[in-house]
Amino acid sequence: MKERLVLVGNGMAGVRTLEELLKLSPDTYDITVFGAEPYPNYNRIMLSPVLAGEKTIDDIILNDREWYEEHGITLHTGDPVVEIDRVNRWVVSESGLEVPYDRLLLATGSDPFIIPVPGSDLPGVVGFRDIADVDAMLAAASQYRKAAVIGGGLLGLEAANGLMANGMEVTVVHLMDILMERQLDRTAAQMLKKSLEERGMKFLMEAQTAEVLGDAHVHGLKFADGSELEADLVVMAVGIRPSMELAQKAGIYCERGVVVNDTMQTYDPRIYAVGECVQHRGQTYGLVAPLFEQAKVAANHLARIGIARYEGSVTSTKLKVTGIDLFSAGDFNESEGDETLVLQDPARNVYKKLVVRDNRIKGAVMYGDTIDGTWYFQLLREGTDISDFRSTILFGQHDLGDAGHGDETRVAALSDDAEICGCNGVTKGQIVDAIQTQGLFTLDDVRAHTKASASCGSCTGLVEAILSSTVGEGYEAQPSKKPLCACTDHSHDEVIKAIQEHELKDMRTVMDFLEWKTPDGCATCRPALNYYLLANWPEEYHDDPQSRFINERAHGNIQKDGTYSVVPRMFGGLCTPSDLRAIAEVCEKYNVPEMKVTGGQRIDLFGVKKEDLPAMWKDLTDAGFVSGHAYGKAMRTVKTCAGKKWCRFGTQDSTGLGVKLEKLTWGSWMPHKFKLAVSGCPRNCAEATIKDFGVVCVDSGYELHVGGNGGIKVRVTDLLCKVDTEEEVLEYCGAFTQMYREEAHYLERTAPWVERVGLSYIKERIVDDEAERKALYERFKLGQKYAQIDPWKERAEGKDAYEFRPLKLSA
Amino acid sequence: MNDWKEVANLEEIPRLGSRVVEVEDGTIALFRTSDDRVFALRDACPHKQGPLSQGIVAGHTVTCPLHNWKIDLESGEALAPDEGCTNVFPVKVEAGVVYLQV
Ligand SMILES: Cc1cc2nc3c(=O)[nH]c(=O)nc-3n(C[C@H](O)[C@H](O)[C@H](O)COP(=O)(O)OP(=O)(O)OC[C@H]3O[C@@H](n4cnc5c(N)ncnc54)[C@H](O)[C@@H]3O)c2cc1C
Ligand code: HEM
Ligand code: SF4
Ligand code: SF4
Ligand code: FES
Repeated sequence: MKERLVLVGNGMAGVRTLEELLKLSPDTYDITVFGAEPYPNYNRIMLSPVLAGEKTIDDIILNDREWYEEHGITLHTGDPVVEIDRVNRWVVSESGLEVPYDRLLLATGSDPFIIPVPGSDLPGVVGFRDIADVDAMLAAASQYRKAAVIGGGLLGLEAANGLMANGMEVTVVHLMDILMERQLDRTAAQMLKKSLEERGMKFLMEAQTAEVLGDAHVHGLKFADGSELEADLVVMAVGIRPSMELAQKAGIYCERGVVVNDTMQTYDPRIYAVGECVQHRGQTYGLVAPLFEQAKVAANHLARIGIARYEGSVTSTKLKVTGIDLFSAGDFNESEGDETLVLQDPARNVYKKLVVRDNRIKGAVMYGDTIDGTWYFQLLREGTDISDFRSTILFGQHDLGDAGHGDETRVAALSDDAEICGCNGVTKGQIVDAIQTQGLFTLDDVRAHTKASASCGSCTGLVEAILSSTVGEGYEAQPSKKPLCACTDHSHDEVIKAIQEHELKDMRTVMDFLEWKTPDGCATCRPALNYYLLANWPEEYHDDPQSRFINERAHGNIQKDGTYSVVPRMFGGLCTPSDLRAIAEVCEKYNVPEMKVTGGQRIDLFGVKKEDLPAMWKDLTDAGFVSGHAYGKAMRTVKTCAGKKWCRFGTQDSTGLGVKLEKLTWGSWMPHKFKLAVSGCPRNCAEATIKDFGVVCVDSGYELHVGGNGGIKVRVTDLLCKVDTEEEVLEYCGAFTQMYREEAHYLERTAPWVERVGLSYIKERIVDDEAERKALYERFKLGQKYAQIDPWKERAEGKDAYEFRPLKLSA
Repeated sequence: MNDWKEVANLEEIPRLGSRVVEVEDGTIALFRTSDDRVFALRDACPHKQGPLSQGIVAGHTVTCPLHNWKIDLESGEALAPDEGCTNVFPVKVEAGVVYLQV
């Protein structure tokens, strides 16, 4: 026989526990549910929009009666449990039903706290907790004009907003001198009050209610100072009390709530409890996110898996008043030893405050612009060290990274484990995965499959942005923890580690060792593996042309008409008359239709037919040129300025140093393209501070800058360090390059890589650790021995000739 | 019915690679897969005429170098969710020699 599970309280936490339980183990129990309210489980959070007329009751039903039937659950609505008999193990309901249990789950939620003043039981005084309360408020709104809401917290303001939407004149009565004092600091609270006042809401601050006035029906409030306020409806929203009388009566240990341990068991081990009625490690919770975490844990134990533990939650808050953006999390009122970062812009009505201790976020309050709330909350919970981006953190995540298309790319920049829906604990990765694997296209689909944004809805914007960036066109592969491609479950990092630690030296071995799911890989993983093998085993691995994109296979950029472009290397941008003469002759000989000086200080020859490439390369190599690798995920150019030799401002020989750097690094394959520059003084004519590796010469030496990027979103470099000699510049450059080559993900430029691993980490290995720097430099030079075999010369001499020659039909 | 014409020795086409051959009305791409089978498609992607011969071959598909559509080498059809089709030409390999029927 199946065991019997009885749930008392047909609300959000209880039914969520059943859902989680059914997912884990659908057949363990015969389930009976008792609910005091006459409805199936609905989304209590959404009562505010229902009151405001933005949603209907039908919209907010989470589990309709069919759901209970489908899962064989017996549901008794409108029939509260009045007694638990722990000796005989049954419960008794108001209507007299006696139902035996093997396990009991208490999820009775909480009750609104009604201030015990004279008149508080008059008709016209309501709480704000359930559908009945909303019905009462709506009825009053259709009949009366004046309402008073006692309590200027989250709930009170949402009630006041809803009543105003129904045409009532609303005064919020608050005991403290600032609104939402538990969620907001003074500044944010004042901004909130101001914008609510602009909408017509009235406030009585520091007012202590002494009496509710009225005879047959409420008609006003009287305060401790003797003043009065007229009102035909009074909403008490001053707080909630865990609903625990039932448990107390049954002798279950309670303090401020029903006390549970980390497995959500009460002092009677057959009885579990979840939700607002619970006290865990001294804490009670009044928001759904922690309750849903509790539900997961309780379900895990009810399903007898027994491995989950609830360890408490950090909560964040958003106010659901349409048009007001508000976010808070953690400890946002600074105490001694904390530092506060503040951004305030009265004109835009924006305020952001972060409370920081030891370079870790402790709390956040935001008003007006809350888009980065999710990000700060993630940094807070993960205890991330923010020192690397502390100076710009208040500008938000979009200020980092090389993305830049509003919401869409900001979401794209979030890591896969970033939590998007705080209510239901749904991460970006889960959403993307569901969208991709289940073919979801609309917000409703996503809600249905993942529950993201299905509770309070404040993450709707983020979910939509994910949806558009996932199903929309041009979704570029973002380096992250996800599998490298559909051929494998392993991430980039795992593949790199396996290649290095298990000394995997050819593609077949890698695919076999890591159990690739396809025989030949695909156009995503083969170029990546080819690169990783090349970067890690330069002496042993042979480049696989069939795993290269066409530009790298043909050693030229394919143009839109199918012709190729040829860019000979000009070291440091220097050239001689005979170099130019040679290029000119080649252009005439092969009828090159257009020449252009590139931004990388060399000359691009456009419109070359593929068959002509080897011969043209022969002429160029004979004249002393090598490939410019303008087509590859490779070291591109070193841009230089005039420098000390000619320029009156020059402090060092920037051109000469540029040539040396290019001689050192040319030919090197990289995870992505890689550009260098050397400027002869801080006027920085060579734009060294938007390069992957930039040198700015100063009188006393050389500043080394890394991780810069031009392009769609410009990123300025971070200063790595300052060195004294050219030899050091070369050594640091080689070491940095090699570290990037060994550790970055394929197709990840230095800018996002530096942000992902953190500048401090790079400094530790390259600046602080001399031995490590020298070892990296040696490995770089070793790789260069093989990389600096000019691919053009090889092909001019006949290598891979088939690539450039069409076949002929014979009869 | 057209005749079979000799185009190449199998060894002249790199494994997991391709070669092109010019015919009267355009270019045909010959692909050699890892199991040493050879396929022939018009060298034009059904999407925007990208040169399929320049793509990456894996299994019995080629990925177009321009916008990453995947084309089935046997049928010439784009793999879902994309839709479209390019011409397929009969090929055979006999004694290490590749013949094409055009
Ligand atoms: C207007 C409003 C807005 C809110 N907005 C947010 C928000 O934006 N974000 C957020 O995170 N949270 C919000 N909350 C809080 C959130 O709704 C609660 O935290 C959550 O619903 C608590 O879940 P629960 O299961 O513990 O309690 P409930 O959902 O209240 O469920 C308890 C149920 O048990 C029933 N019950 C009680 N005693 C018995 C008994 N003896 N027998 C049978 N049944 C019984 C009750 O009638 C009730 O239906 C809001 C709440 C309200 C009222
Ligand atoms: C989004 C992607 C980009 C694409 C598709 C792209 C494409 C190209 C191509 C095809 C060339 C080679 C020209 C040729 O050989 O004919 C080139 C060269 C160049 N690009 Fe870009 N580019 C991109 C982003 C950038 C960015 C972000 C910068 C700025 C920092 C940049 C600066 C340059 C420069 C300076 C050259 C000349 C380099 C050289 O001489 O080798 N490009 N780009
Ligand atoms: S960066 Fe300085 S040294 Fe170089 S050209 Fe400009 S002004 Fe002259
Ligand atoms: S800026 Fe755009 S159009 Fe110009 S070369 Fe770069 S990618 Fe092409
Ligand atoms: S032309 Fe082939 S994918 Fe666009």
